[in-house]
Amino acid sequence: MQELDMDARYIPSGNIVAREIEGELIIVPLVSGIGDIDDELFSVNETGKVIWDRLDGKASLAQVVQLLADQYSVSRQEMEQDVRGFVGELLKRKMITDARASPASS
Amino acid sequence: MVSTLASSDYCDTYDLSESPLFERRHPLLPSLVIELTERCNNNCLHCYINLPRNDAKAISRELTTGEWKDILNQAAEIGVLTVHFTGGEPLLRDDFAELYLHARHLGMRVLIFTNGRCITPELADLFSRIPPLEKIEVTVYGMQPTTYDAVARRPGAFDEFWRGVQLLLQRKVPFIVKGALLPQNKGDREQFEAWAETIPWMEGVPSYSMFFEMRGRRDSRKKNEKIAQMRTTPEDGLSVLTRDEIRYRKDMAQFCQKYMGASGIRLFSCGAGLSPSIDAYGIIQPCLRLRMPELCYDIRKGTLKEACTVFFPRVREILAQNPDYLERCASCFIKGLCEQCPAKSWSEHGTLDTPVDYYCTIAHEQARYLGLIEPGESAWEVTNGRERIERVINTLLEGDTGKI
Repeated sequence: MQELDMDARYIPSGNIVAREIEGELIIVPLVSGIGDIDDELFSVNETGKVIWDRLDGKASLAQVVQLLADQYSVSRQEMEQDVRGFVGELLKRKMITDARASPASS
Repeated sequence: MVSTLASSDYCDTYDLSESPLFERRHPLLPSLVIELTERCNNNCLHCYINLPRNDAKAISRELTTGEWKDILNQAAEIGVLTVHFTGGEPLLRDDFAELYLHARHLGMRVLIFTNGRCITPELADLFSRIPPLEKIEVTVYGMQPTTYDAVARRPGAFDEFWRGVQLLLQRKVPFIVKGALLPQNKGDREQFEAWAETIPWMEGVPSYSMFFEMRGRRDSRKKNEKIAQMRTTPEDGLSVLTRDEIRYRKDMAQFCQKYMGASGIRLFSCGAGLSPSIDAYGIIQPCLRLRMPELCYDIRKGTLKEACTVFFPRVREILAQNPDYLERCASCFIKGLCEQCPAKSWSEHGTLDTPVDYYCTIAHEQARYLGLIEPGESAWEVTNGRERIERVINTLLEGDTGKI
């Protein structure tokens, strides 16, 4: 599994547009090179969506794990695995960015 | 498009037609066609809509940048994921790049229909940096300056088109090409198809416009007479459609499974009103072609949502009344092969339900070829249509070249 800084806070990057249509979260690439093919869109599943909603730059990944573990009554370890998996994938595709490096972060 | 990317535990790549979003929780409006302008830098003989590029009256009536942005915002609000920019020539609008970026920043895919002449290095760079996420569709009117310009009737048009597509190729901006088949460029077909094969994003042979429509605004009897002269004959049209016999048979097998059978007395068995189109002046039409004023909605006096939820559902309830239509089209089992629709009836006859003989003849030509009807038979008189369709589908799927 990819090494992640659990103290980092992430926000959606300017490379994508996230849209919620009829309750479904869709990530639409804005710039080239996000998807593996030219016209790819991404549909985020329920677990991914729950994590995505917390990537607002306010909470660290460690805090997100704790919050969601409490909210959904699952073990911290299980939730951390999901957060690491999903966030790792988002980072690989440059869909999120470190809020600490972003001038817009609060 | 379906991707080769394996689904992860959290993300699926997205295919519009297969997504659960469109199976279970259909957005109010998945896509929207926007006719940014009726003006065009070409003056094609066969065109159903074009106005001169500097038409002052058209320019003064066209929606402003702000009005288009507001419409795009409304579209995003009700779930539009793909917006089509067409025309006229949509790239003629000075604010095209601004509107394109606005749509992309709203998270929409943008499908662009263009003749390619206005593609500049700057615009090609923009498409490369911020891709439309839909292949650009370029219509080609000839493969030589003489033939192209004879159709487009603008000297130098071919050179500009050619430069435009080269700019896309150099930057690897995905596009496909489509043809318009006229007497003036018929001889270029082989060269066109050979070139199309070299375009990396083409899937199969290019499609053609050839069964041309009359003027969509019913604005010129003289132009309609010329369009009628440019129309491909049903026999020639069939030979173009069947030039790739294997693909044609495969496509028709799928098509017959889905779309054949009589449409009945409801006029709108198509997507009219479900996939509306907005003209350059803010009039929402049931589809890109149908401009009958009584069936259109002025977005400046309402909203896109109201048009979709209140106005067009009523339009779709309209029933056919013309006895000729009721006898022929309403009970015709090969209706799926026929381009007859309220829009074609309107542009041709000024009514919604008058059979258009040209399209009827083409459909019968195809049906005879497929073995659905015998020579001399009229499809609307056939009583065992469903049985014939099943037999032909089986024949097509088996790869048997014999007719029923």
